[in-house]
Amino acid sequence: MIHYVVSISRFTILLLFAFYTLDCFLALRMNIAPWKQTYYFVKQTIEMFLILINVTYVLYLQTEDRQVIFIAAIETVFFLLIFMIYGTIYENASKSLLNNMCMLMMLGFLLLTRLDISAAFRQLIIAIFAFAITCFIPYVIEHVKVVRNFSYAYAALGLLGLFLVLAFGSVSYGAKLSLRFGPLSLQPSEFVKLLFVIFVAAMYTKSKSLKQIIITTGIAMLHVLLLVASKDLGSAMIFTFTYLILIYVCTKRLYWLFLGLGTTAVGAMLAYRMFTHVQVRVTAWQDPLSVVDDAGYQICQSLFAIGTGGWYGSGIGNGMPGTIPVVTKDFIFSAMCEEYGVLFGLCFIFVCISCFLMIFNIALELDDTFYRYVAIGLGTVYGFQVFVNIGGVTKFIPSTGVTLPFVSYGGSSLLSTMAMFSIVQGLYVVKQRQEAHHNER
Amino acid sequence: MNDKKKHKKRHSRNREFLVVTYSFLALFLCLSGYLCYFIAYQSSDFITSSYNKRASALSATTIRGDILAADGTVLATSSVDENEEETREYPTGELFSHVVGYYYNGRSGLEKDANYLLLDSHEDYLEQFQYTLQGKKVQGDSVVTTLDTNMQQIAYNDMGNYNAAVIAMDPETGAILCMLSKPFFDPNTLKDQWEDVVGDASSSRLINRCTQGLYAPGSTFKIVTALAYLRQGGSLDDTFSCSGSKEVNGLTFHCYNGTAHGSMDLRKAFAKSCNVTFGTIGMNLDLDDYHKTAEDLLFNQDLPVQMNVYNTSSFDVDRNTASDLVFQTAFGQGHTLVTPLHMSMIVSAIANDGVLMRPYLIDHSQNMQGVVVKEFHPEKAKTLMTTEEAAQLQELMRGVVTSGTATALNSDLYEAYGKTGTAEFNADKEEAHSWYVGYATNGSKKLAIAVIVEEADRSSSMSIPVVKDIFDYYFSY
Repeated sequence: MIHYVVSISRFTILLLFAFYTLDCFLALRMNIAPWKQTYYFVKQTIEMFLILINVTYVLYLQTEDRQVIFIAAIETVFFLLIFMIYGTIYENASKSLLNNMCMLMMLGFLLLTRLDISAAFRQLIIAIFAFAITCFIPYVIEHVKVVRNFSYAYAALGLLGLFLVLAFGSVSYGAKLSLRFGPLSLQPSEFVKLLFVIFVAAMYTKSKSLKQIIITTGIAMLHVLLLVASKDLGSAMIFTFTYLILIYVCTKRLYWLFLGLGTTAVGAMLAYRMFTHVQVRVTAWQDPLSVVDDAGYQICQSLFAIGTGGWYGSGIGNGMPGTIPVVTKDFIFSAMCEEYGVLFGLCFIFVCISCFLMIFNIALELDDTFYRYVAIGLGTVYGFQVFVNIGGVTKFIPSTGVTLPFVSYGGSSLLSTMAMFSIVQGLYVVKQRQEAHHNER
Repeated sequence: MNDKKKHKKRHSRNREFLVVTYSFLALFLCLSGYLCYFIAYQSSDFITSSYNKRASALSATTIRGDILAADGTVLATSSVDENEEETREYPTGELFSHVVGYYYNGRSGLEKDANYLLLDSHEDYLEQFQYTLQGKKVQGDSVVTTLDTNMQQIAYNDMGNYNAAVIAMDPETGAILCMLSKPFFDPNTLKDQWEDVVGDASSSRLINRCTQGLYAPGSTFKIVTALAYLRQGGSLDDTFSCSGSKEVNGLTFHCYNGTAHGSMDLRKAFAKSCNVTFGTIGMNLDLDDYHKTAEDLLFNQDLPVQMNVYNTSSFDVDRNTASDLVFQTAFGQGHTLVTPLHMSMIVSAIANDGVLMRPYLIDHSQNMQGVVVKEFHPEKAKTLMTTEEAAQLQELMRGVVTSGTATALNSDLYEAYGKTGTAEFNADKEEAHSWYVGYATNGSKKLAIAVIVEEADRSSSMSIPVVKDIFDYYFSY
């Protein structure tokens, strides 16, 4: 009986999520009637809760653990609360972005409930705290204009954070990523990413002179070098490409982009020649099965999971995602593919695409230069992080160990991604007000 | 006015945004495309890896599937008693012991390579539902091999009491029809006799001699030397002379029985298997090129085969090798070691005009109703030599049957090509390993074969009768 429910649920869950994904893009269309937009958002919310119910039912059948139902109930209350608060305080917030934030977070909770229920509870508590903190951000963005005046302070703070990790960070999987404070651990690079974007945006809002470009680029390179020294190659990659995109968008000159790409390529070559841990990663990427006992172990376990799950997945509770190292963090996409199927994984990728399309869209519409740069920077950070994570665990690119925003277990990642989306929500509110202003005139 | 200005401003900032947006979209579409490609084409390498623990988890809910010969003969099957305890049975007993392998204290052969396919189930959903309700295991998929039961039986009968290896494949597809290794073990009783079988070190009964047995190639290696000679500008018409023996670096090498072959061209030297001629050819070769030719033929290389367990052949002559060792190596002694599987691949490529097809044993897997689940198609592995080179080697190998050391293979049913060989494993012993590698064709189909009979009488070619019987059988239908 259980087998039957699990098997059928593979398809119902996939179908619900496919509809959800489709609605993301339907609602994103230009010139769509407001009532129709609302219709899509309501439909998405319903689909989201149906997925929650369906997955929870299967999980309960598989584990017969009441906690599964308990945690789902808290999640439901939490999400309803988010919708209510945003609905009353931020009438102008983007429902599309809000839905996606909740949807992605919910998938994270569901996957964690399956993998490690105590981690799921911790993640939920962190999420509640993170929301309590970040729900003020849109208000701040809307009313405080001086954010742009402290460019060097952001850089100083960011560099300090990265330096502390390099000096005192604890090592996991060969890289220094986090600072430990007793039972708590903090991953500064997750927050420095946001500071970095605000810093670059502030610098180029002030001036686009050659001198400014040189100073900004120098400080940006310092960030990247600190990350490379900590062996946090994934973050180094994200910082580099975010900066390249920003310098191109701010200066509107393609040659800066190509110059930057050239420098990055030379830097990557040098890193490959100089560091054995880079070479090891590249070998593990080219032919993981040849080093399955050693450097290729992680990526092979990930590909075993994704491959064995196939298009439709093994069904929730039927896979062995536990065999993948750090499955709750960097490799959570593999766990998703194994049990929910690769088709579900593809839908997931498209939901993420709709997120950064939405952010770029907001950037395009904003009149304020600073806000525009911040929006495009955050969209880029988000997009690259998703790409580097999923590309890494599927062997599309060498695996570098970054988290999957909203889904991976970890407080720093969750809080920083929530902050990021809250900033974007703030910008969206600014945009709505700006449009109302235009219309008045 | 204001609107127009605003529109213009938007338009000018549009370009960068569009570039960035479309680059991101392209990146993610590539990622999605790759993921689809991975699942469709690459994932089977990962799924079937013995490191993938998911297969063993399946055995709790699935009855291990059957392994079948090409004609449907059951080679391995599982029965389940009322307590859902599974017993693995091998109805053909020791006949297919090595190729099918064992499933006890680890796995070997097809039991290992096809492990995942056997534990995967594609039964009807409703049936699976029913079984699950009844708390029964579902039936795993069957694996249908390319093996020909009759051919295997012929090889089995002909090998009598000798330790031997026989492998035969279709050069045009790479399908392996026969894979016999002696001494056998009985997979049905292996569990009870494990200690005896493993303890019997001298005969290494669990080793599949076709894929893992490393032997000196003997005169069959003259194929490689001949190819290197032709590549370095030699011709089939070049003449050589042989007085029956030759001294190199103070060592004297003889032709078989000390026969002086006199003056002859390359064709005759190959057909008569003249050691002096091939030793001399070897000494005059550019040794680095010789080494490269051997590696082109997959010596010192991983073999492109479906099987996961095999040994790589080795060839170690290069510019630093002493000339007496070069001389020996060129006619097949020296340090060179080769598996019967590898030799059968070389002659397959020659038979197939230079193109090596990837040898495979698993044709497809199917569910209980016989619906094909996963199919393995013939795959081109590598071009080992040009068509012209293959044609010249074919001519040499034909001469061995028409006027050389394997005239017993002349037949009206087919045209046979090949090379005999005698591999000394101990100079003091009367016996030596007897090789035959070659192929035959009747115009519509081909069969490549490699046979080695261990410790056979030196005076007669022990390996030829089984080749003849297999060809006679294969080309009679």
